[in-house]
Amino acid sequence: MAWPTIDRNQPAGDSGAAPLLSEAVREKIRSFFARYETKRAALLPALHIVQDALGHVPPQAMVEVAEVLDIAPAAVLDTASFYTHFWTHPKGAQVIVVCRGLTCEVLGGNAVLEELKRLLGIDEHGTSADGRYSLVTEDCLAGCDHGPCLLIGEKLHRRVRPEDVARILADPDNGRLAYERSTLFDAPSSAPGEPGAGNGTGGVHEKGSG
Amino acid sequence: MRDYEPILLRNVGVPEARTLKGYEARGGYRGIRKALGSSPEQIVEEVKKANLRGRGGAGFPAGLKWSFLPKDRTITYLCVNADESEPPTFSNRLLMENDPHQVLEGAMIAAYATRAQVAYIYMRVEFHEQFHVLQRAVDEAYAAGYLGRRLFGHDFDLQVYIHRGAGAYVCGEETGLIESIEGKRGWPRIKPPFPALEGLFRRPTVVNNVETLANLPHLIERGAAWFTSIGPPHSTGPKLFCISGPVRRPGCYEGPMTITVRDLIERPEFGGGMLPGKRVKMVLPGGVSVGVLTANELDMKMDFADPAKYGLLGLGTAAAVVVDTDTDIRLVLRNLARFYALESCGQCTQCREGTSWMYKIAARIAAGAGRRADLDILEQTARNMGMMPGLSICGLPDGATYPIETLVRKFRSELEELIGQQEPARRDAVLQTVN
Repeated sequence: MAWPTIDRNQPAGDSGAAPLLSEAVREKIRSFFARYETKRAALLPALHIVQDALGHVPPQAMVEVAEVLDIAPAAVLDTASFYTHFWTHPKGAQVIVVCRGLTCEVLGGNAVLEELKRLLGIDEHGTSADGRYSLVTEDCLAGCDHGPCLLIGEKLHRRVRPEDVARILADPDNGRLAYERSTLFDAPSSAPGEPGAGNGTGGVHEKGSG
Repeated sequence: MRDYEPILLRNVGVPEARTLKGYEARGGYRGIRKALGSSPEQIVEEVKKANLRGRGGAGFPAGLKWSFLPKDRTITYLCVNADESEPPTFSNRLLMENDPHQVLEGAMIAAYATRAQVAYIYMRVEFHEQFHVLQRAVDEAYAAGYLGRRLFGHDFDLQVYIHRGAGAYVCGEETGLIESIEGKRGWPRIKPPFPALEGLFRRPTVVNNVETLANLPHLIERGAAWFTSIGPPHSTGPKLFCISGPVRRPGCYEGPMTITVRDLIERPEFGGGMLPGKRVKMVLPGGVSVGVLTANELDMKMDFADPAKYGLLGLGTAAAVVVDTDTDIRLVLRNLARFYALESCGQCTQCREGTSWMYKIAARIAAGAGRRADLDILEQTARNMGMMPGLSICGLPDGATYPIETLVRKFRSELEELIGQQEPARRDAVLQTVN
């Protein structure tokens, strides 16, 4: 990931700025505390929830997460920056993750990646001009039996050929799972600024935290 | 293997087995009920007797791992390693998406045997469908009283939580996984202390792979003697094998650890042979990290002992990818080197720098600007950065070096030939951009 830069003229978490995280988001993060011995252990769940709420995890959100977890903001950045899945900058409405593991490469995955770049007019890590898609790669999505594969939102697309890419991009349900979802790591549905990825129709089953 | 009856995969393709009711109707949750009739110590002994070796890659005996827990412990944690990130491995994915309760039952038995009160299932974030399926199974199990307090009427409490990762291969290393659950970067810890003494939240902790756990219900229900009747003594029990690449039937299959790489590729019940017009050039038989086999080495047995005879790191994840003769091996080299350069956590200098340099060199070779000396540098680097010399915190650099070293050694003449055929103008242009 790109190292997040903070504009010195707009300090992260400055007191004048309105909070990014709603009380509902904070409460949802706190609901994970009972699972672990330390509050810090709720950091990955917290970052998943924040990213679902805001679409990415900007520096100010890290400061606010630090408040909720009672840890240093630097500790949040230290963790968040280690993982490829947390984004400090806005992404498109859907993120496309193209597998470039060995199997997918042997089966022609590079051509699929090139076709995506061509149709979206972007390079890796870019976002299409209409804001619909961002494009990243991953070394192996564990879908090797269906290579070449790629992930859009939550959905794994299998045995993709370059000629399939246009059709897949045009499909409005291309990031939606057919299976009933758990909303455990989603932002609470009342949270402001929830991204379009809120495809949790029906399948709310939040039991089970013991 | 046509007479082999699948055990771990028996519920694949049976959608109702995803539900607690469907799983139970097909014989599920009998193993845990039987286990609860014995003491935890008896379960550990039974698993030791069965010689169930860990399926995650290292092959460490599960019962022995459990027996390292201190006797006087109060709090114990079980971590289920569902981070499955080793290319090209997808057996855990298959187990979780088709038969989530089998994974849970295995976790219950392991938790009972280790007296763990909490189990965390660490699942890579790219597993979306699998997360939803498994979380639903967890919810169902709580609702049915199969998780929580006093399970099955016994003095046995267990909480199970799914902890989603965020995209880091090294979190599949057990102490990297523990750090990640603690909310930190997934930096593996220096061992000792091993997790059994000081693991998650500094408590005694056991980390077991999904497939290892999936074996437990069957092992307990049918007994150690049944388990050891499958496969050779050093490689007992049912095993999942993945096969991918240009074969007719890529997939995950089950069998005893008596099959060979050739069986996995060619037999009709496994890979079913190569796609029309495709020929085997090399196979990485255990996940990419164990190293490469040439087309003349396909008689290697997929067990815990044979891979070493072929200069490989081990059985690994028993997931084979076939590279065909139409694929430029320089691209294979680049693909492998890139993976480790991106996934090295950066703590150990030799791994951070070594994987980066191997990638830079491999990328240059792939771009048509290789030098013969590069092959020597790759081999030397690969020989000097692993855990085997004893200077690395975790096994990632070993996994990084085996494929590079074996590929360069076993395909050296072909690489030299390709380097010899490079177009001088192109080579010079590439060298201009990297220097």
